[in-house]
Amino acid sequence: MCDTCGCNLTPGNAKLAYQPVAPGATTVSVLQGLLKKNDDQAAHNRAHFDRRSLLAINLMSSPGSGKTALLEATIAALKGQFKIAVIEGDLETENDAERIRAQGVAAHQIVTGAACHLDAHMVHDALHHMDLAGIDLLFIENVGNLVCPASFDLGQHLNIVLLSVTEGDDKPAKYPVMFRGADAVLLTKTDLLAVLDDFDPNKAERHIRNLANPAPILRLSARKGEGMTAWLAWLQGQLGEQRRRLKVGQTQRPSIQPEGARLHSETA
Amino acid sequence: MHELSLAQALVEQVEDLANRHGATGVYLVRVRIGPLAGVVAELLATAFPLAAAGTRAEQARLDLIMAPVRVRCQTCGAEGEAMPNNLVCGVCGDWHTDVVSGDEMILETVELDIPEPIRN
Repeated sequence: MCDTCGCNLTPGNAKLAYQPVAPGATTVSVLQGLLKKNDDQAAHNRAHFDRRSLLAINLMSSPGSGKTALLEATIAALKGQFKIAVIEGDLETENDAERIRAQGVAAHQIVTGAACHLDAHMVHDALHHMDLAGIDLLFIENVGNLVCPASFDLGQHLNIVLLSVTEGDDKPAKYPVMFRGADAVLLTKTDLLAVLDDFDPNKAERHIRNLANPAPILRLSARKGEGMTAWLAWLQGQLGEQRRRLKVGQTQRPSIQPEGARLHSETA
Repeated sequence: MHELSLAQALVEQVEDLANRHGATGVYLVRVRIGPLAGVVAELLATAFPLAAAGTRAEQARLDLIMAPVRVRCQTCGAEGEAMPNNLVCGVCGDWHTDVVSGDEMILETVELDIPEPIRN
């Protein structure tokens, strides 16, 4: 409390102090995340996934960095072991869902039209078209975009961001919001490193650490099968973690978004 | 750009608040955003009147407060300002830091026009 006048203003809450308002106006303090509706729906989706004891993964990257190719290779490798389902997000076409179905796995395509990201409501609608009984792993392939998808919680447990070596090793520095929120970063198409002398994987890693992100960074080529063993082992480890959490009644949210916003709104 | 979706979500929230308080209009909407929230303030400001058209927030002024990026070091405990794409500790240089400000996207306050109840 202030010694001079007895008010409760501190440097931390001064911004919330009463300020003269228009006559007749009533100030209402809200302190709520802007995406509250989306986040409520995301929590509902997550609870739905947890009841099915599956692990939901949000795959994000630029267009053309190999999300669908990674899924094809992952499904081919894990087919006998786990039951997998996929939600595909694209502005147009059913192409990606068809590629996944060709692997013998259920896939639902969300066609977003002009929308540049998936949100929790779109995923919820997609869930009504899917049978999740017995599913172990649900992949949500987001719209190819390193900006907008980072801001929307879909109800997933983990965020995975792909960075292909054809894109430039400074992408994490250019798109900090996306790469800061990754629970794992996959450097993809590493078979092309031999012919690309301008992508330094160590530099890419340094840019990711500069975002204070301790996420594992795996290097792989889904086409050539390089590095797939480590990726599949990590995935199985995460599924094991999820099952262990569920046994003790816990769940997990992606490492950062929108946890940070929630934290601030509670402590502000 | 997803700022229009955000503006629509914001207007929906403001309308809910107006309903709950029996307000007939909204004077001001104050939002606090940080650079790490992934929102472009100018685009949100442009999208807001579009989303608010025809609602009680139509005449509202949108006040955007920009939060600075600040990190606290897990290793040495120092707290200081940082850049959105460089969150390492400014004192000891370690990258094991926590963002304490700069990734928020919060509706802080609204100023509502609430008519006095009519007494007989």
